Amino acid sequence: MIVAAVDAQTLVDAVGLGAVYALMAVGIGLVFGVLRLVNFAYGQLVMAGAYTLAFTSDWPIAGSILACFAVVIALSLAMERTVFRPLRTQSPAVMLVTTFAVAFLLQSVALILDIRDGTIGEPATSIASLNQAIAIGGVDVRKVTILAIVVAVVTLALLALLLAKTTIGLQMRAASTDFRTARLLGVRADRVIGAAVLLSGVLAATVAVILTVQNPLVAPDFALKETIVVLVGVVVGGIDRLWTATLGGFAIGFATGVINGALPTDKTVFLPSAVFALVILVLVLRPAGLFARTRTTVADRV
Amino acid sequence: MTPALALEDLEVLYGPVPAVRGLSLEVGKGELVGLIGPNGAGKSTTLHAVMGVVPAAAGDVRLDGASIRGRTPESIARAGISLVPEGRRIFGELSVEDNLRLGLSARRKNGAVDPLADAYALFPMLAEFRRRQAGALSGGQQQQLAIGRALVAAPAVLLLDEPSLGLAPTIVDAVFAALTAIRERGVTILLVEQRAQRTVALADRTYVLANGELRMTLTPADADDTDKLIQAYLQ
Repeated sequence: MIVAAVDAQTLVDAVGLGAVYALMAVGIGLVFGVLRLVNFAYGQLVMAGAYTLAFTSDWPIAGSILACFAVVIALSLAMERTVFRPLRTQSPAVMLVTTFAVAFLLQSVALILDIRDGTIGEPATSIASLNQAIAIGGVDVRKVTILAIVVAVVTLALLALLLAKTTIGLQMRAASTDFRTARLLGVRADRVIGAAVLLSGVLAATVAVILTVQNPLVAPDFALKETIVVLVGVVVGGIDRLWTATLGGFAIGFATGVINGALPTDKTVFLPSAVFALVILVLVLRPAGLFARTRTTVADRV
Repeated sequence: MTPALALEDLEVLYGPVPAVRGLSLEVGKGELVGLIGPNGAGKSTTLHAVMGVVPAAAGDVRLDGASIRGRTPESIARAGISLVPEGRRIFGELSVEDNLRLGLSARRKNGAVDPLADAYALFPMLAEFRRRQAGALSGGQQQQLAIGRALVAAPAVLLLDEPSLGLAPTIVDAVFAALTAIRERGVTILLVEQRAQRTVALADRTYVLANGELRMTLTPADADDTDKLIQAYLQ
């Protein structure tokens, strides 16, 4: 029997992974909502944040984290200004391919910065101290797992509040369903897109901190694998809506965690195969997305 | 007196095909002006060109004397022109109140205690259903919401694109009654409609468009003969 029992330990880790992936999914989904753009370069924002943490290892942790947020937010805004905005009226295919180019460009820049000391990979030593286990009810929980779950819940709650209660949130929700009509009502496209990109940058920086604690050796392909898995999760969940995209991100993270825990150590090489087999199954059964509402066209009543 | 809205030799192209050709018209302050014509005459395109949704190839659009050609839709909305788009375009997943709040995005002067009060006064139904999902409203109610949403911006000029399309006759009466009430509040209105006769009867004057060109101008006195006049002229 390959599948071992799924214990509490595995479940906690799976929820932690799901939480991180959910944060990334929201970051990708927010930008998709207003720009209809799948930002493949999202992982490189996380990577840039991770390098910032590594390069500021000798700073106090708070300063290091602050620097991480500053760099990632600045980079996302710069990306919007120089790439997304000029291409906004282009086809989705053009925009997607462009984000591939941006992703590889950022990876190359990271490699150039990284290799100055002759080796690839920079340790983020100071922040790694958060990666300790504490025992809760007989289950070893790493501090970072708790951090990931708490941060994800708080961040998502704040975001939901912002979208529900503020004017800019209302405008973002309107823009993601019908941008043209929103603009006709006076909603400023630049401001709404800027807000979405800013928020997605904040989320990328948050993810960068969590992932770096978990995996303190930062290399140019940092967060690349996670981004691909999250993109798949977002599509599986239903990219049209923010909450289905988020759930999709969580689901694929959680599934990855559970399957990873269930597979014996020598069989974890099959993890991606198992996860993607599940993905194919979902897409065959529910092509519109796992959590997408089956579309019912409401007849025009008079 | 400077007209509230003026089009001067407006040209709009769809690819190489001219959709609006050398159109000049004026809407004076406080006037209600109609724009009618057969399908494909360029009525909606004219409104879209005013709002900056499609670019003008030549000519000019002036709001209170100042050119707004080339500006973005949001900046034109903020300058004081509101459009009630064809098909209503309400946000079905948002509440009635949130739809109205979106209309405030273009409002220039804020300071009214309840900026939505005007819309609620004109359409009491909207107040009653303010928490309801807009998509759950009937077609006629959605049209009232679309008009209310445009009004809360306190526009100088209100454009309406076929507000009676697809509505039952009694609801059409309500929409036309609302237009009269809005005119009485001093809002300048440019109304695009398929219901020619009713439009001619209601409007201070009505322009007839065909093939993107202005063909004739009708006054309320022509209302009873509208169809005959248009048919004779467009033969």
